Amino acid sequence: MNKLTEESILSLVSKLKSKEIFPDDIMAECQANIIKFNPKINAFITEVKPEIKGIGGLLLGIPYALKDSYVTKGIKTTVGSRILADYIPQYSATVVEKLNNNGALLLGKTNMDAWGHGASTENTDFGIVHNPWDLSRVAGGSGGGLAAAIASRMCLFGIGEDTGGSIRNPAGWCNITALKVTYGRVSRYGCVAYASSLDTVGPTAKTAEDCAVVLQIIAGRDPFDATSSNHEVSDYVGGLRKDIKNIKIGIPKEFMAGELILAAAKEFEKMGTTVVEVSLPSLKYAVAAYYLIAPSETSSNLARYDGIRYGKDRSNFTFESVRRIMIGTYALSAGYYDEYYKKAQKVRSLIINDYKKIFETCDVVLAPISSESATKPGELLDDPVKNMMADVYTVTTNIAGIPSLALPCGFTQDGLPVGMQLQGKMFSEDLLLRLGYHYQQVSDWHKKIPDL
Amino acid sequence: MAKLANLTVSPKGEKKLVSQFEETLKTVEVIKELNTEGVEPISQVTGLTNVMREDEIDEQRIIKIGDYFKVKAIFNNE
Repeated sequence: MNKLTEESILSLVSKLKSKEIFPDDIMAECQANIIKFNPKINAFITEVKPEIKGIGGLLLGIPYALKDSYVTKGIKTTVGSRILADYIPQYSATVVEKLNNNGALLLGKTNMDAWGHGASTENTDFGIVHNPWDLSRVAGGSGGGLAAAIASRMCLFGIGEDTGGSIRNPAGWCNITALKVTYGRVSRYGCVAYASSLDTVGPTAKTAEDCAVVLQIIAGRDPFDATSSNHEVSDYVGGLRKDIKNIKIGIPKEFMAGELILAAAKEFEKMGTTVVEVSLPSLKYAVAAYYLIAPSETSSNLARYDGIRYGKDRSNFTFESVRRIMIGTYALSAGYYDEYYKKAQKVRSLIINDYKKIFETCDVVLAPISSESATKPGELLDDPVKNMMADVYTVTTNIAGIPSLALPCGFTQDGLPVGMQLQGKMFSEDLLLRLGYHYQQVSDWHKKIPDL
Repeated sequence: MAKLANLTVSPKGEKKLVSQFEETLKTVEVIKELNTEGVEPISQVTGLTNVMREDEIDEQRIIKIGDYFKVKAIFNNE
């Protein structure tokens, strides 16, 4: 019986309303899972004992977790780095305010690659995160802790942060559903910056429907973030059941779409969509452009961490972060600026144009998330080039600013989860979530849970 | 470069860092082969320009002490 953690957010909300269940019931299950599984997984940096209070709100009584990149008033916020190991913020991020005002209950802050610098949650000062599907493997990154927490049902949903794949990569490796939103769709106020022109704030959950419920609350213009958009917030939840017939799905020929992705494409075809081949010729240069733009911006953003007003000094940056800061410093330095940073910004224009062309012939792009399944510790961290290449399918959307929904689409022969992503035009979250919802009505990959 | 970025690198880490730095540079250098003549660089994707806030007082953002509000000190204590 029970297993409330397997239910959808909407179903729990309605049961809570009718007093069939109480917030304590859900909380008890989540906390039992944390006690049982967290020692093996190391998903949390900080656990919070939530106070169940409030009388209203769309998410009243629903427990959630935050990637530790969001500032929380009075609650330690580390960004996975020793530099901020004792840092207690004086205010909360907009996304946190919105969720708390809607009655959601914060259960804890999750482990991550320090400053978002990584694709495996190995570059953390708080111990690596173990993949719930195979504890000898990593959970992906940079938001590995959050993805692992949801996969092992320690909370109902979470908020991740995606600069080059940090929401989607761990979602794929941990078999959960997660959305990287359009740049500016959700306020970044209070989100510790990695690379400001690429950073996005998005929901992570079990299903596309749950992601829609959360996005409905967190989306919208925020006066505290001048880059947040005035673009109208769609009815994400109401739109889920709308028809998907005649939607055109493009698969870029440059992507190595494996068997499982192609099988998913077949499922979409059965539901009345058409699948066409498209081309993203600048893909070859995307990783290079990303690994110039992101380090450049991070070298500037992290320049402020000198330990004078708060936090520890710069000798506490990890080796990985030191390298990224130095590459960025190099790319921005006089004499190299045109050759590297400016050139990368031109490539950014080309990638945006490629996507514009693609979306003239199709509505969404179906793509793999990663070229391989979850790796063993050390495989990525000790090999910077491999670490960069791990992001090849995810960075293009950050560069172009467009949204992308990560969904489970099967398992490898070794039983490791494989994810796919649906990418769309700017502000097409409603369409992506609708397609994801329909796919999850005819598939049950997202219902599979690890045997812990 | 470490000096420029205000970072200290231990002699032990230096060797590894130099080789990884070079490897990384080699990887990103592929963009040099791409012809970008006439392509405009782009620094952000929002399409927004000159975002201003309304010239109104936001009560939430001021710290009030009686009828006064708090600003940064301009004199030292002494």
